[in-house]
Amino acid sequence: MVNGLNLLFQFLDSFAFIVLAAAGLAIIFGIMGVINLAHGEFIMVGAYATTLANVRLGLPLPVAMLAGVLVSAVFGLVVERVIISGAVPNAVSRRTLGRDIVEPLYDRLADSMVATWGLSLIMVQGVRLTLGNSLDQIGTPLGKLAYGGFSYPTYRVLLAGVAVCVLALTYYVFTRTEYGMRARATIQNKPIASALGVDTERTYMTTFAIGSGVAGLTGALYAPTITMVPSLGGAFLVEAFVAVVVGGPSVVLGTALAGGLLGSINALISNLVGTFFGRIALLVTAILMIRFLPEGITGYVEHVRERRKEGA
Amino acid sequence: MTASLSDRRGFLASAAGLAGTALTGCIGQSASSSDTVTLGVLEDRSGNFALVGDPKHKASMLAIEEINADGGINGKEIEVFDPDPQSDNQRYQELTRRAIGQKNVDALWAGYSSATREAIRPIIDREDQLYFYTTQYEGGVCDKNVFAVGPTARQQLGIVLPYLVDEYGPNIYTIAADYNFGQLSADWVKVLAKENGAEVINEEFIPLSNSQFGSTINRIQEADPDFVMSMLVGANHTSFYEQKASAGLEVPIGTSTAMAQGYEHLRLDPPAMANVYAGVNYMEEVPTKRNTEDGGFVDRYFEKFPDAPYLNEEAENNYFSIYMYKRAVEQAGTTDQEEVKAALESGITYPAPEAPEGEEIRLDGATHHVDHHMWVMKADEKHNVEAVANRVIPETFLSETVGCNLPKEAEETQYTPQDFYEEAG
Repeated sequence: MVNGLNLLFQFLDSFAFIVLAAAGLAIIFGIMGVINLAHGEFIMVGAYATTLANVRLGLPLPVAMLAGVLVSAVFGLVVERVIISGAVPNAVSRRTLGRDIVEPLYDRLADSMVATWGLSLIMVQGVRLTLGNSLDQIGTPLGKLAYGGFSYPTYRVLLAGVAVCVLALTYYVFTRTEYGMRARATIQNKPIASALGVDTERTYMTTFAIGSGVAGLTGALYAPTITMVPSLGGAFLVEAFVAVVVGGPSVVLGTALAGGLLGSINALISNLVGTFFGRIALLVTAILMIRFLPEGITGYVEHVRERRKEGA
Repeated sequence: MTASLSDRRGFLASAAGLAGTALTGCIGQSASSSDTVTLGVLEDRSGNFALVGDPKHKASMLAIEEINADGGINGKEIEVFDPDPQSDNQRYQELTRRAIGQKNVDALWAGYSSATREAIRPIIDREDQLYFYTTQYEGGVCDKNVFAVGPTARQQLGIVLPYLVDEYGPNIYTIAADYNFGQLSADWVKVLAKENGAEVINEEFIPLSNSQFGSTINRIQEADPDFVMSMLVGANHTSFYEQKASAGLEVPIGTSTAMAQGYEHLRLDPPAMANVYAGVNYMEEVPTKRNTEDGGFVDRYFEKFPDAPYLNEEAENNYFSIYMYKRAVEQAGTTDQEEVKAALESGITYPAPEAPEGEEIRLDGATHHVDHHMWVMKADEKHNVEAVANRVIPETFLSETVGCNLPKEAEETQYTPQDFYEEAG
């Protein structure tokens, strides 16, 4: 028996989870060509910073969440300078050895995977050693929506709205601001962009910080709903990568369409058959998409458009 | 590169160690009858099971320190071999080989999950190593070398399910982790439901990677059961409790996995665990004199480990089983493993912290399981935990249903409820 409201709320819940899980990853991968396997740990940094700010420092939840976003953005900045671009180790080595020792990881897909995977292992174990095996958890605010014999947490339904806002803001930043134009110019053709006076180093740095800040926002938003353990990022990783693959090259539209498609399939199958089959359906969809639309949804749309142009 | 090299070297070393013991069996034993007793304690202090495995390691160290301070076992000091297996089954296998082959441990405590136990059991059985598995588990292991001293699903569910049927009614909704332990536990819920005149109206198995419970919660609301039996496992699944509380799902929940192991009632914000009833042999709040008095088990544990977050069910199992081992060695007068096994099979008892004053829990020689003193522990709105029922529950699946009698017939089998009950499976 299908209950329409149940299905709607489950869809919104699932859509929000997929979009928010994928947003930061899509920015860092789509714009910078870095496969960030430490994406889950960036989410963990946001969630931990939020929880610690709320529980230990006593900040109100919205302020704590903001702190979570800032901490993870700064953390992303450090990671970019030290590991991804290698600017810091290179500055040191230039002074001591007279040459660079690290080649930046931009657009080196396989290499960036290995480096960020190592980073994720270090982060999980580092947090375990310094903060222990778990943190006390914040309760979910805002109560519930009750309807008939059913109810759903208000907070989780609201997250869908937040997800849409995150997408809209990302779209605005990357298409309507000067920074966004520089970022796109840098990724399309770095030498020409820098010849035209774009500080590409700085653009990379800012973009990575924005991407990790968005990942941190996801962690901050989900902190009151999931268990605070060092490995919590793992719960987001599958959805994030599936959404990026299914979405294709366009960061905002791709993530939105992937969230819509995967969210509705997951919600419908979970609702009709069960959680287990909901997950299977999600993964089967990903396999089918990779097989038949290897460029993702937006890649396919682009492809069709080009063809039309040629035909006209 | 370095990792695989050192793995290979470790493997070579343990293989060489194994060859050594095989050639010099008698010498190995004379080494162990020297002036120390060597115990292997392989418990997770990092990785996935660190949260629940760390207290097992700590409580083992407490027992060993107490025994050494009191003159050791038969006058011999205990030495420990306790590297961190890091929740990695391959590492468990390597360390088990090393414990037996190189360290000649007189007894071994190892492993949190059933998957780990099954990964090392072939090695244990090949070497006939005396082995204690202490986690609460699905039950059914009838193995001449294995002493499974944690409570089984039949014992844990067997105290909490009848209590909830009496209290709330006969309609049960089962949610369980989708792997061996969860599936078998769900079968036990069906068996126990039938024995208690109740009925499982629906069940759902949740993949371990799932942390979103919106549709599960709606489905429970739709079925409107008298109570839920939850055998969810791991950090992802813990999110269920917070999510059902924020959705306003107020149905009572019985469990064999929550609170006693991962102390969710302390980690989550109230009222996430309100109205959760855990069927356990031990948790820190069990109100026995031995546990709570000044200088009792809880006091001694936190005196040695002031920063420890919690004293969990499995920690007590490690603690009392090390003392049971001590009693068995003293009875046998030797650490020779076959003789110690025979002594353990003679019906060793111990005044464990779980048992009320004047009572000792008993190791059943025929099945190598423990007749535990079981408790139903209830968490309220503020996450205060109180005992609402308790009694001794023997492990009857192996003794009565299967007919496992290890001193008479040496076996290395794990039995499942499907083999014996129509309603299971």
